[in-house]
Amino acid sequence: MLRIACPWCGERDETEFRYRGDASRRRPEADAAQDTFSAYVYERDNCCDWHTEWWLHVGGCRKLLKIVRHTLTHEIRSVSGAEAPDSPVRQADP
Amino acid sequence: MPGPARIAQGLLTDASSSVGFRFDGRMLRGLAGDTLASALLANGVRLVGRSFKYHRPRGIVTAGPEEPCALVDVLGPRGREPNRPATTLALHEGLVAESQNRWPSLTFDVLAFNDLLGRFLPAGFYYKTFMAPGWAWERVYEPLIRRAAGLGRLEPIVPAHADPAETVHDHADVLVVGAGAAGLAAADHLGACGLRVILAEQDVVAGGGTLLDERWRSWRERLCAALAARPAVRTLTGTTVLGAYGHGVFGALEVLPGAAAARFGVRERLRVIRARRTLLATGALERLIAFPGNDLPGVMLAGAALAYLRRYGVAAGRRPAFFLNNDEAYESVFALTAAGIECAGVIDPRSSSRAAERTRTLGIPMHVGAVVGGVAGRREVRAVSIDELDGRRRFMLATDTLLVSGGHTPATALASQLGATLEWQGSLAAFTPDLASGAGRVAGAAHGVFGLAAAARDGAAVARALAADLGRGADASDIPEPPPDSAVTPLRELWEVRAPGKPGKAFVDLQNDVTAADVRLACREGYEHLEHMKRFTTHGMATDQGRIAGLLGSAVLAEARGVPLSEVGVLRPRPFAQPVPFAALAGGEVREHYRPKRRLPLHDWHESAGATFVSTGLWLRPLVYSRQGGWPAVLDEARAVRERVGITDVSTLGKIDVQGADAARFLDFIYANTFATLPVGRSRYGIMLREDGMAFDDGTTSRLGPQHFLVTTTTANSVAVLEHMEFHLQSVFPELDVLLTDVGDQWAQFAIAGPNAREVVSAVVSGIDLGTAAFPFMSAGAATIAGAPGRIFRISFSGELAYEVAVPAKQALPAWSALLAAGERFGIRAYGLDALNTLRIEKGHLTTAELNGNTTAGDLGLQRLIKKQGDFVGRTLAQRPGLTAPERLQLVGIRPVERTRRLRNGMQLVAPQAREASLGYVTSSTPSVEFDGWVGLALLSGGRERHGQRLIGLSPLHNEATEVQVLSPHMLDPENNRVRA
Repeated sequence: MLRIACPWCGERDETEFRYRGDASRRRPEADAAQDTFSAYVYERDNCCDWHTEWWLHVGGCRKLLKIVRHTLTHEIRSVSGAEAPDSPVRQADP
Repeated sequence: MPGPARIAQGLLTDASSSVGFRFDGRMLRGLAGDTLASALLANGVRLVGRSFKYHRPRGIVTAGPEEPCALVDVLGPRGREPNRPATTLALHEGLVAESQNRWPSLTFDVLAFNDLLGRFLPAGFYYKTFMAPGWAWERVYEPLIRRAAGLGRLEPIVPAHADPAETVHDHADVLVVGAGAAGLAAADHLGACGLRVILAEQDVVAGGGTLLDERWRSWRERLCAALAARPAVRTLTGTTVLGAYGHGVFGALEVLPGAAAARFGVRERLRVIRARRTLLATGALERLIAFPGNDLPGVMLAGAALAYLRRYGVAAGRRPAFFLNNDEAYESVFALTAAGIECAGVIDPRSSSRAAERTRTLGIPMHVGAVVGGVAGRREVRAVSIDELDGRRRFMLATDTLLVSGGHTPATALASQLGATLEWQGSLAAFTPDLASGAGRVAGAAHGVFGLAAAARDGAAVARALAADLGRGADASDIPEPPPDSAVTPLRELWEVRAPGKPGKAFVDLQNDVTAADVRLACREGYEHLEHMKRFTTHGMATDQGRIAGLLGSAVLAEARGVPLSEVGVLRPRPFAQPVPFAALAGGEVREHYRPKRRLPLHDWHESAGATFVSTGLWLRPLVYSRQGGWPAVLDEARAVRERVGITDVSTLGKIDVQGADAARFLDFIYANTFATLPVGRSRYGIMLREDGMAFDDGTTSRLGPQHFLVTTTTANSVAVLEHMEFHLQSVFPELDVLLTDVGDQWAQFAIAGPNAREVVSAVVSGIDLGTAAFPFMSAGAATIAGAPGRIFRISFSGELAYEVAVPAKQALPAWSALLAAGERFGIRAYGLDALNTLRIEKGHLTTAELNGNTTAGDLGLQRLIKKQGDFVGRTLAQRPGLTAPERLQLVGIRPVERTRRLRNGMQLVAPQAREASLGYVTSSTPSVEFDGWVGLALLSGGRERHGQRLIGLSPLHNEATEVQVLSPHMLDPENNRVRA
């Protein structure tokens, strides 16, 4: 079970959150080709590495968090709010 | 004292309290504090079960949860519960237990001839033999094998429900697993540092190995008292940590002793423990040696015999022999001798050792440089064969009990789950865990520090390091000096005594009946990897997970492969550490508490009005105001709406308040249609797509102010829509000034529908002109409703003139009552979900039956709503050729040609000449109040081009074929005259 340190609510069980997928993806511009949208919706890497992903705190503050998690060890390196995507608000408790 | 083998006062038993119980029909007596196993041994009962595959007689091998053989069925008031280890089953007055896997009786078992056929039933036998013909597996082979193999009998006890259990959540700075010498010392040190500690011990008392050594009594009692005096340290006995789940989360099962179980009304507690750090002091388990006949009743682990003597005052045998390869195990020789038991002799493969010298001085026959090459006896041990190391027989030694120790294996299951790597320690002949300190630390025998005093010191040292990790340095604990460990001679690695040419099976897995020969066969067949051998032979796959002999299988495989044991490794242990009753996992979430219920603000009114409720999601909604089933009551309610007026509770609809300067822009991105052009005071129907282009949800959105919208969602999707909106707002448009608030629980909402709706609503609402000119169809506004500030919407789901009024949830009953009173002169009826469904099907409105995730806006006839300009979720992918193809399933209405025939949801629609090919299916159907007979909605290939066609509706389940007519889904009032009236 993941324990996620929400920057607004504190450390909580993963069951309070909803996984929303790869956070390195950006929604294509409105005029992008169908193939580009298709790749955005369907194509995912299955990496064994650090993975940046969205988690929505549905059972708490409803903030969308950007989490860097290792897909093998589940270690969480950082948790940050969506509006500050590149500056972690709070390091996860090691 | 009850039982002929009770020779001393046990640490846990109360000699003054006799307890009666029944085993296989025999009335026996034990003592309070006994386990079933100790009470059986005290009564001289040695044969307690038959084995899984060969139906061999089996006895008690261990004194703890690692027991592979002594599993029994317990017959309680709630039914039969199989596979309870007798070694941990607390004895209580009236306990009824039965042995397993025997017929007709334990001493005479018909299927024991399997054992004689043993050479024809090796590992993999089932896979190879029961191959052809294919049909025979299900009908002949499997039922036969299932009857012959297996352990306890499973009986359904679900209706009566098993004993109640509960779930408890715990938090701690440090979870210490195991309260032996190392765990007690560690917990005391951590507690002294001011850390919150949970000390979990699977045994019914704390102490571990110190319980078996009288010299440790005062040390143990002082430490337990010190821990009890520290409020931040909680000692949980009877609590097995079942598994490690990452990020410091552990599952544990607490079995409550009888008195506590009665007091709390639960038998077990599932504890979910969240800890910042973990200290594993799980100890080590004694292991068996593989030799022919090592499963015969009377063969027991040496440490188990010591435990039965110290804990329960029971002698495991009258004249036991010992087969030991390590000095630690000699403790049981000395203890049994001191208790007055005559020992037949000690067999040790080593040529000399300190413990052997001491044994000789006690006058016990010592056979060094020897092994046990076989066991004589049919249903229990009569004699053992003492052999030279090269296999030549020295002589037969008469004995009734053989106590074995092949060394000690650190209990590494939890450490492995935390990611520890295992390292081979030649001096211990065992693997020890190497755990990265971030996840936790291991102390005592669990990482190879044997000897109680050494373990206690190690526990304190590891606790110091762990406290330092957590920023606590002060050593305030005052741990008494432990009694010194005796000096020991190192063990001699010994896994199997091979006796080629001699009869008898040498087992490496007693519970699954796997022999050393099976392991060698697996290797010959090419299953050389340990995990492959495991699956071929089922070694280590039983409920005991091979804890006392798992390493034996690895060692036999290593020898067969000609590689060192360190290269073969050990089987990966998985949660759970021991079998867990489903009732304990379910906890309180059973029957009516299986999941939470959401009740409407008017739930009590609905109930008193005679409603039958239906669960939709978590909601309980009134289905119909009648306790009798059937359509007449439903159609009465629907008819009231069509002819007069009806009122229904629609509070379950999702309601999302959207405010901010960019609210309209945001909604235009979320919805496929336009909201920026919606005037204040108006409502509009909207359809929302997923990014892949499929329809997601629908509902009306009202503009309450220039920057204020109220979105309604379907009941089923209310949570998912809010999530969908939050995700896009925060990830795609974080710069927008929009605030989303879930107001679903704050507002109660009622629909008043029917030709008389305006008169009823007007009587209750003030502050607003409801005339059609001032408040036309699709209007929204604030109003005072039965004296409370509320909202009113002129929207309709039934196809009739209708209003929806919303009031704060607390005002629900006064508003509802006022509306009912105002409607009384029109004969107003409350209507439930079934009538609502009848009305909307006639009108062709959608629910999740049609918005089922496989339909596009175009399929549902909503293509004209989709905006041509501007971006929105799903716009691009909705244009894919496959989602716009003319042969897609499109929404249509249907009616049976013969009006007396009924429709069914899920009926397949086929052409009369081609009944094999489905053209679509019925999504919703109902008897109609507006039309003669049944009406339905269907998804039909190219449906819009098929209006007027006649097809066949097939329901093979009911053996029905009904001719149906295809029509527009807008069967009722397609010009919308009624809703605009």
